Amino acid sequence: MSRGGPKVRLLIGKVGLDGHDRGAKIVARALRDAGFEVIYTGLHQTPEMVVATAVQEDVDGIGLSLLSGAHNTIFPKVMKLLAAKKSEDIVVFGGGIIPEEDMPGLHAAGIRKVFTPGTTTQEFIDWVKANVPPRRR
Amino acid sequence: MKPKHATRTAAQGSRTRRDWEESTLRRALDGKAERRKEFTTVSSLPIERLYTPEDLKDWDAATRLGFPGEPPFTRGVQPTLYRGRLWTMRQFAGFGTAEDTNRRFHYLLEHGQTGLSVAFDLPTLMGRDSDDALADGEVGREGVAIDTLADMEALFKGIPLDKVSTSMTINAPAAVILAMYLAVAEKQGVPLEVLEGTVQNDILKEYIAQKEWIYPPAPSMRIISDMVGFCTARVPKWNTISISGYHIREAGSTAAQELAFTLADGAGYVQSCIEAGQDVDAFAPRFSFFFNSHNDFFEEIAKLRAARRMWCTIMRDRFHAKSQRSWMLRTHVQTAGCSLTAQQPYGNVVRVTIQALAAVLGGTQSLHTNALDETLALPTEDSARIALRTQQIIAEESGVANTVDPLAGSYFVESLTDRLEEEAWTYIRAIDSMGGIVPAIEQGYPQREIAEASYLYQRQVDQGEKVVVGVNRYVEGDTMRAPLLKIGPEVERAQVDRLLSVRAGRDARRHADCLRRLEEAARGKTNLMEGILDAVRAYASVGEICETLKKVFSVYQEGRVHL
Repeated sequence: MSRGGPKVRLLIGKVGLDGHDRGAKIVARALRDAGFEVIYTGLHQTPEMVVATAVQEDVDGIGLSLLSGAHNTIFPKVMKLLAAKKSEDIVVFGGGIIPEEDMPGLHAAGIRKVFTPGTTTQEFIDWVKANVPPRRR
Repeated sequence: MKPKHATRTAAQGSRTRRDWEESTLRRALDGKAERRKEFTTVSSLPIERLYTPEDLKDWDAATRLGFPGEPPFTRGVQPTLYRGRLWTMRQFAGFGTAEDTNRRFHYLLEHGQTGLSVAFDLPTLMGRDSDDALADGEVGREGVAIDTLADMEALFKGIPLDKVSTSMTINAPAAVILAMYLAVAEKQGVPLEVLEGTVQNDILKEYIAQKEWIYPPAPSMRIISDMVGFCTARVPKWNTISISGYHIREAGSTAAQELAFTLADGAGYVQSCIEAGQDVDAFAPRFSFFFNSHNDFFEEIAKLRAARRMWCTIMRDRFHAKSQRSWMLRTHVQTAGCSLTAQQPYGNVVRVTIQALAAVLGGTQSLHTNALDETLALPTEDSARIALRTQQIIAEESGVANTVDPLAGSYFVESLTDRLEEEAWTYIRAIDSMGGIVPAIEQGYPQREIAEASYLYQRQVDQGEKVVVGVNRYVEGDTMRAPLLKIGPEVERAQVDRLLSVRAGRDARRHADCLRRLEEAARGKTNLMEGILDAVRAYASVGEICETLKKVFSVYQEGRVHL
């Protein structure tokens, strides 16, 4: 985020059916406290709902949280829907219970970064500052 | 020698803590400061350097402790505790299709496990069928997928339901899943009166913490009181609600919040069943509890002891239950999933051991120990076996099961037990002033308190004030890999195929009639359990039954989320 430039807008989305929102809420709050504009979707979002909100709110980045194990299905679906909306320049990152061996597949689908348990909030903030620029509007 | 020894004892007897602090302690601190300024529990409760008889000055063992098996049950609900019978070692299991889980059950029973515990997948927990759009990618992943009675028949194949006790972790659709279990028992020729087990059936903590809800609170409470009434009359040995602090703690609460919100939820169910016209002493003895056991050893022991004493007070003094069985808090404990680390996962075996030991010293009735790989995936057979062996070593080798409530009378443990109780009553009074737990939930009060505690803890970990070995201290570059259990996409396809073939093969007319009658019952005041039982016998699916009830009860929407 450049000083004085436009504020980076982020969507933190709880996709899938799991209700484990402890991590997503902590991340949303930490990013907000670090000066980002943060929209938190609430629970049980479908990929369609997340993408619709992201486009409507004109966000620069999307953080997806999922702890149910359905990431290999749901994360790539979000990427496909973004492409269909010509919004593939939105930076998408994710977090949750995600085994190491699933990472290459998620990166190949276009997920820029996957955060795993034990990540500090500062690591999130630093990564977002370095990797999520404001899109041209 | 002898007179000198006697003189020293007398001198010590008259010395106060103050005397000690001003002499011996001061000299020690002058030489070297302590490791930190303040010592606190994992929940940030302050802990003193030393506890002495002065901390228990006005404390009366007769009223605060009593004896085991007697009010206020601080020392446990059974007179002989583990000398009579060890706690039930109940490992939660479930994944893939019903056949996969059935094989795991047979394996666990052959390896000395004494009770079954079923984990359901998320679509089942949310009352949705495996072919529902929201079930995409979730089928069989976190637990077993159950759509219809056919799945339940496969799940318990070869397991005589009169010989096992079964705990089912299911909440919003609990009445439907219980009905399926009863229908399997009928098919096995087992009378309902002998069935033993538990359904979690605790919707209030779903709104507070775990977030797996379907209907709004009021109709949810009606379904629960209908089910409780049905079981009291027909399935008398069934534990109808497992009032759960576990998930509240996992969502980031402190120990005192876990204690307070769980007991407040319990009081909410008692109130609701009494308002439905039920006799408190008929249903309350079948309520049980489910607590978390986190890392802070003494805090967890104190929490369980305080919980028993407080529930006794609530049931006796607030609800005027007459039977001592209504006053007894029986509990299951699971070690804290949220305390486990993906980094250096073998360290988790040690964490689980400490947590399990706290649960045992706290007097639990049953225990689940987490597997070392649960931050990454469902347990493998090997990691599940280590978790079970952990309990067996505590039970058979450590000697802690030899005597009842061994920590009673400890200046520290009794002070901490009192402190947790005091903190919890403060929360409960706040909830009472809002009109009870349902209005408090609707105002987002417990949710907000937990979110604050969880954010504070994360900041303490980020800043190194709270140490997590392998995460913010003693970090190694390479995370040790543990082999993981994989659930493939073929599980979802097989499950959807089975559901479609059940739908094609059932008596369509009988199925439609049952759902229509259930809807009528929901619109009126008839107990819903008979209607649900008829529907599952006609192979109506979990999703179809829940959709029918949604037409009458509507769907819960979470209010503004506190960040």
